[in-house]
Amino acid sequence: MAMKFEKKGEGAFLLDVTGYVCPHPQLYTKKALEKMQTGNTLEIVFDNPSSGESIASMCDTTGDEITEKTTNGGKYKWTVRKAERA
Amino acid sequence: MDETTRKNQIWILVIVAFLSLVSIVTYMMNEYYIYLTAYLWFGFVYGMSLQYGRFCFSSAFRDLFAVGVPRMAVGIMIAMVLFGIVSAFVTAVGMSTFHAAPYGVHSVIAGLIFGVGMVLTGGCASGSLYKAGEGNGVAYLVILSISVTQAILADVGGWTNKLVPQSWHDSAVAKGLPATIDAGDGWMDQFLAGHVWDLPTTTYAEIVKLSNPYLAAYVGNVLVGIVLPAALILLGIYLIWVRKSFLHKRRKEGLPSEGLAVHLAGYWGMIAASRRTAIAGLVLGIAAGLHMFVMKGLQVKFGVQNFGELMQRMGITFGLSAKGTVFDPGYWYVTTQEAQWVGWVFNKLGWDNMHNIYFGLNNGIPNPMINPADWMSIALIGGAAVMALAHNEFKWKAPTLELAMWAVIGGALMGIGSRLGLGCNVGAFFVRVSQGDASGWLFGIGMIGGAYLGVRFFNWYTDRKMAKEMAACEL
Repeated sequence: MAMKFEKKGEGAFLLDVTGYVCPHPQLYTKKALEKMQTGNTLEIVFDNPSSGESIASMCDTTGDEITEKTTNGGKYKWTVRKAERA
Repeated sequence: MDETTRKNQIWILVIVAFLSLVSIVTYMMNEYYIYLTAYLWFGFVYGMSLQYGRFCFSSAFRDLFAVGVPRMAVGIMIAMVLFGIVSAFVTAVGMSTFHAAPYGVHSVIAGLIFGVGMVLTGGCASGSLYKAGEGNGVAYLVILSISVTQAILADVGGWTNKLVPQSWHDSAVAKGLPATIDAGDGWMDQFLAGHVWDLPTTTYAEIVKLSNPYLAAYVGNVLVGIVLPAALILLGIYLIWVRKSFLHKRRKEGLPSEGLAVHLAGYWGMIAASRRTAIAGLVLGIAAGLHMFVMKGLQVKFGVQNFGELMQRMGITFGLSAKGTVFDPGYWYVTTQEAQWVGWVFNKLGWDNMHNIYFGLNNGIPNPMINPADWMSIALIGGAAVMALAHNEFKWKAPTLELAMWAVIGGALMGIGSRLGLGCNVGAFFVRVSQGDASGWLFGIGMIGGAYLGVRFFNWYTDRKMAKEMAACEL
């Protein structure tokens, strides 16, 4: 399945990187968040567990807030709200 | 308990029962197979730890360069310090199975090639094994690519002989190897016997020239060889990637943001940030040190130095090298057993691949069913699968064409890097650095450089794809 990035609504975006292994999910997440405005949300769908660890660390560093985390059968759905950059 | 959890628990039982059965059946065949069982269960512990901590050497510097995440680099430094502390004791009491490798420019070049490969595949050699345990199809392709590339590289001659400097050829031929080994034919043979074997070996314990074995091991190998370089690398990571955001957070919270105490808090915060990775590093480090101790203990118990001697006592001669040995490192290793099983398959298919140094003189190609190092890797996959199943993270994933392409290309680069460096991220870097071997950091420097180049390439590649997707989103 190919990577998918789309606008879900005003200030809300979806990044689907299901099937991708490292470093693709974290790279695409970083690129998407860089382009988005402060306060925008990004829903990330992925199924590579180690990418989750990297995305969580990345958000911890940048200050972005992970507002929702769900896991179902090895598939993860996280929502990240972009914070103001340092 | 839901249906998925119940199924996962059944699979966990199946995996553990199968590995236990291997231990019991082989022990009933002959007590010497306790040797195989020791490798197997240490492999299982490695697999569980790697999956629990998402412990991948590839991500250490790749994620640092790609997304500014230091957690894995920190985890690896913790694991190496602990492995070093445990194995310094093992070394000082004369129970180490480790031998330093020749060091030189080849270590850096090998690390560079390996580093690029591991970024393309998405996992290092050990990381691909644990990801295979998570059901990741890409990881199986990576393992296959590493294995096949090494098995071919070990024996390929023909036109590659023209790439060998005359001095290597002359030196290789002059080594006077057994008649069955044609050291003057094949690029890898001439590289090994004509170049690498002529290079020096040393450890930091030897460099500090302390006569007391405990002081030599702890001051030389651990303090000089691991702790100081690791602390410096972590300091560099803090200053370049962590400091700015750490101070920004403190300012937002109205906390002091200047002074040494603040930076020490930031440095420690970086180290303690990922609990899972730190715990995995701790368990891996201790287990790897104990593994060495246990293997040496079994060698002493049976009065041998290599499993090949036990095979001969059991009347098994197929796959033994000219020296009567098989690959038996006595510690955690990944890539050579991968080359061996493909080498064994090639041999069964009619490829006469026992006239080279790699298989024919040193490592042999024993039947994978009785190859202790092979069972270490199989059990590593099993241990990772158990941990993934226990946390509901197991998922079969077939590789897409795009990822399959990167797996094959990257795996081939990792295979080439492994043979040139005499090991992978585990054998040539993690183990050697932890044992104070001077070649370890050289491979590591190359690997970091390779990770940087790989990230630069993937940044370019993903930028193009992302730009296309974003074009429709008014960003």
